[in-house]
This record gives sequence, structure tokens and C-alpha cells, in this order.
Amino acid sequence: MSGDREFLKGNEALAYGALHAGLNAFYGYPITPSSEIPETLATEFGQGNFPEFRSFLQAASELEAINMVNGSAATGAKTMTATSGPGFSLKQEGISYAAGIGLPILVVNVNRAGPGLGNLGPEQSDYFQATRGGGHGGYRAIVLAPDSVQEMAAFPSLGFSLAFRYRTPVVILADAFLGQLKEDLVFPEVSTSSFDTSWAATGARGNQRHVLASLHLELDDQSLATHKLHAKYAEIARQEQRYEELESDDARVVIVAYGICARLARRAVRSLRARSVPVGLFRPITLSPFPNQGIEKLIGQGVRNFLVVELNMGQMVQDVRLAVNGRAQVSSLGQVGGLIPGTEELVRAAEAMVG
Amino acid sequence: MIENEGTLYETKLGPLPTLTSKPTHYCAGCEHGTLTHLIASALQDLGVRERAVLVNSVGCSVLAPDYLNVDAVEAPHGRAPAVMAGIKRARPDLLVFSIQGDGDAASIGLLELMYAANRGDPMTIFLVNNATYGMTGGQMAPTTPIGMVTTTTPRGRDLALTGPPIDASKLVASFERPAYVRRVFLPVTPTPSTEFFNARGALEGALAVRHAFEVQERGGFAFVEFVSTCSVNWKMSVLDSKRYAAQVLAPLFPEGVLRDRFHMESA
Repeated sequence: MSGDREFLKGNEALAYGALHAGLNAFYGYPITPSSEIPETLATEFGQGNFPEFRSFLQAASELEAINMVNGSAATGAKTMTATSGPGFSLKQEGISYAAGIGLPILVVNVNRAGPGLGNLGPEQSDYFQATRGGGHGGYRAIVLAPDSVQEMAAFPSLGFSLAFRYRTPVVILADAFLGQLKEDLVFPEVSTSSFDTSWAATGARGNQRHVLASLHLELDDQSLATHKLHAKYAEIARQEQRYEELESDDARVVIVAYGICARLARRAVRSLRARSVPVGLFRPITLSPFPNQGIEKLIGQGVRNFLVVELNMGQMVQDVRLAVNGRAQVSSLGQVGGLIPGTEELVRAAEAMVG
Repeated sequence: MIENEGTLYETKLGPLPTLTSKPTHYCAGCEHGTLTHLIASALQDLGVRERAVLVNSVGCSVLAPDYLNVDAVEAPHGRAPAVMAGIKRARPDLLVFSIQGDGDAASIGLLELMYAANRGDPMTIFLVNNATYGMTGGQMAPTTPIGMVTTTTPRGRDLALTGPPIDASKLVASFERPAYVRRVFLPVTPTPSTEFFNARGALEGALAVRHAFEVQERGGFAFVEFVSTCSVNWKMSVLDSKRYAAQVLAPLFPEGVLRDRFHMESA
């Protein structure tokens, strides 16, 4: 399959991307618009095409699913779950434990419109929940934002390598559009190198045993554990910021957008550039850590206007403002309810900022 | 030595490689310490320490990894069966077990318990039923008897308000797949002379613990409930708590083997 051109839905591509990346275990609970992920994996489970894929189960609930994920991950298995908004909320307790314990888990959220039950259309309204650590306690997950079916296929491999390198939860934050969108793609070659699992709970060896826990009853111990966790986050922020730029070198206005909005912004930038309007695109690929280094570079180049486009009422715009820190104008353009902004709307808003 | 259908089990005393040297935090008279020792003995006797993974859920047993010298994975409150299912499915060669309280297993974690039981996942669950929330300070548990005073039932547990106590063993045994379901009355029982106690529960418990591991080794789901005491939160002397357990809990949660698919022992 690797190397051949395929035509798949984003959710299907993500499932196969995970299998190519050596997925060992998947546990999930059905929820639209993410259900093609467990459906695709169920089809492949036990068929012998992916011998490393040893465990698949539809759980009783999102709570059971995320705790099964943590159990398999605790043995060093490459483990994933997939869900959408309401299910992502239910999984936060388990993600907090994974962060506190140091379990390498991969959680996919195909963001639908909310709050509450909302609807099945695309939104990016789980940005805060995903990037701030949506559960209790002060933790962060690494958050990856694909913008194509190609990246839906590629990011499970990247996600596992980051999760195991840092022993931390990794979230792939997609949206209903990307999950349901059908595009052509080529499955990337994946390195089959195995990860360090010497920490995993697979039985004591002599005096060496593995106690995977987040409980530190002594105040000094908890303080030390939290400081160590945040030293890890600082290292992740230094090493792992990822972003893409388009036509930003001489831009006077830079659109900041991720996921499906980056696709729309790309069209807007091309349309504006065709009329020689100096507008560029900055696409965060890691939403957490937020690519401050890229914003810093743009500020250094003299960019003084940013237009943040998201499918929410303004969430990532706060991270852009923090990165800009008063040195440029930051405007926000949001669309919600499952609707997406038209390219013309983006063109008008960006052109107005060029002045 | 305990004789059971011709098999002699040696109950070892003294330091065990499966125990750490750390003194436990368990209160005087608490059966958690007894159970910890029974588990350590069984793991040692079966020679499975290097394959054992304890899943410590929330409650008084959350510190069990401090005392049991085996690998351990922490579970959120009630979720131990789900974590164990994940461990076992990824690594069927490991031996997984949990020590859970009544609130953990029969209240917040009831769904995880029922689904693991329904699937018959190979795992071993030890439920300590002391009819109260010990760790959080003596609130009503799913197993609190009607009329019992707790910090959240200050005028006694009211049937009309909360429904009757939940019988976790019966519930687990109502599913088709569990291989071993047993309830043991663990506290020592006072005899007419206050100088002597009947410790039969600990001996029955030793057999049940060992069997519960053997059942998992044969691919079965094993569940053993230990009726226990909590003198501190019951606000009784240790001796009175043993009497209360014998008088009130023993009839409410009767001892017995509710399921033994492999028939490796008698009731």
C-alpha cells in the first residue's frame, strides 16, 4: 500500500496511517463524524495485513475506551483512540492521568460543532480543550493539526514518535470536514524503528520494578513531579514547534489558520497574490506547542498585521496575540455552527487590512 | 498448612520478595493489611512476580504499590477493570489484578466492572467491601446497610432515598462469562471469650486469592469480594467492628462460591 496513490476519506486515511505506523491497540466508542476510524480498523483487525495490530475493542463508553488505551500504553504498546467533541470531553480524565503518569497515547478528535450535543458539522471549537490540557491539573498535550487527507495519513506516525519520545499524550485535532473529505494521497514510508519502552509495566525484574503513577502524597514530591513535567513541556516547546508558510516573505498581512481553514486561506492568498496584494499564510501544524518561533520570525520581517481565521469565536487568536505581544495588529475572523467562511470573505478581510 | 481436596498449600509467613519493607498506612484492625499479605503470599507461591501487574484504583488500596513489590499501573477512580483489559489485551502473558473498594468497583466503576465481567476478560479483581468510603472519610457506599450512620447518611441510610445496598458479587455472577465469583468473610470473628478469635476468613481468603490468580492463568475472569470492616469510619472499637460485621454484614453479604467454572476447589 505504501507508495501507491490512494483515494480515501480523511478518517480512513488516518486509520491506515496508524496501521502503517505500527498501531498495536485501538479502543473507541462510536461518534459521528469520527466513526470511520474504528470501522476501518475493525475491518483490518485479525486479517493479517497488519500483524502488529493485536488489539481492537469497541468499549462500553469513552471512559472505558480511554482507560483501556492507558492500560495498553502502560505496556509500551502503540495505542490510539478516536472520537469527536462530546467524547473528547469524556476522555479528559484519562488524558490527565496519561499526562501525569507519562503514558504515550494518541488521541484523535474529529472536531464537530458544539457546545453540548451541537451538530455534526466542522468546527475548531475544541482548540482550548485540546491545547490547554482539557482535564484537571496543569498539564499539556502535544496537539497536531492536519490540513489534508495526506496529513491525516501521515500524522499518526509523527504522533507516536512524539508520544514515545516525550512519554506524553498526543492529540491529532482534525475536524468534521477533514474526517469526511475524500482526497488522493500516498502513504508515506514509515520508519520501523522501535521506541524505548524500558519504563513500561511488563513485570518486575529482580529489584527493578515499574510503578506508573501520578500520585505523590508528599507535597514536595508532587511539586518536584510537576516541575519535571513542565521542564519536559519547555523542552517540547523548544524542539517541536512546527508550521508551514506560504508567500509570507514580503507579506504585509499574514493569515494565521490551521486545518480546513488553512486550505481556504491558501486559496485566498493565491487569489490575492494574482492581483499582487502582499498577503501570506502562516499555518501552525503544532497547535501545542504553539509555533511562537514562526510568529517571532514574521514580526522580525516586519509583519504588522495578522488575520486569524478559525471555526470558532476566537480561540487560537489568543495564542497569536500572546506571541505577537502587542507588536502587531491581530484581527479575528470566525465562523461557527458547522459553516465555513467563503474564500471571498477571507480575501475581503485580508485586503482591508493591507489598506 | 491448609488442606483442600488433597492439595496442601503452604502459607508462608515472614518477609516475602513480593512485599516491600514499608509499613502500611492501614488502620488498626483493617482487613486491607491481611489481604495485602494474602496476595503477596499467593504471588510468591505461584512464582508469578515477574509477570504480575497490579492496577491500583482510587481508595484505601491506592497505596498498594508501596507494599506489594510488583509492577503497578495507576487507574482513575473506578476504572481499574478497563486499565486491566488494556494491559491484558496488549500483553496476554501478564497477570493483572486490582484491589478495589466498594465505592470504586460498585459505584463509580460499576460500568467498567460489568463490561469486563460480561466479556469475561482474563483478570483478577479483589473487592474490599467495608460498607463505607474509607479514604474520603466514611461516606455512604453502595454497600452501606440500610440504617447505617455515615457522614452523608447522618440519620442512617434511608431505603426510600437511596435504594438498598448493591450486591456486587451477585451482579457479577449474573453475567455468563465470569469464571470465578466468590465472597469471603475476612474479619476475624470474636468468640465468646474475648481472648480468642476465629481467623477462618483469612484461611478461606488465602485459597480464594490463589484460585483467583489460577483462574486468570486459565483465561478466566475472577472476582473475589472480601467482606471487611472499617472501625475508624464506623466509629467503633476494632472489637465492636468485628462484631458488627458478623452480625450485620455477614447476613447481608453471605459467604459462598457463586461461580467456579474450573471447579478447582470446594466451597
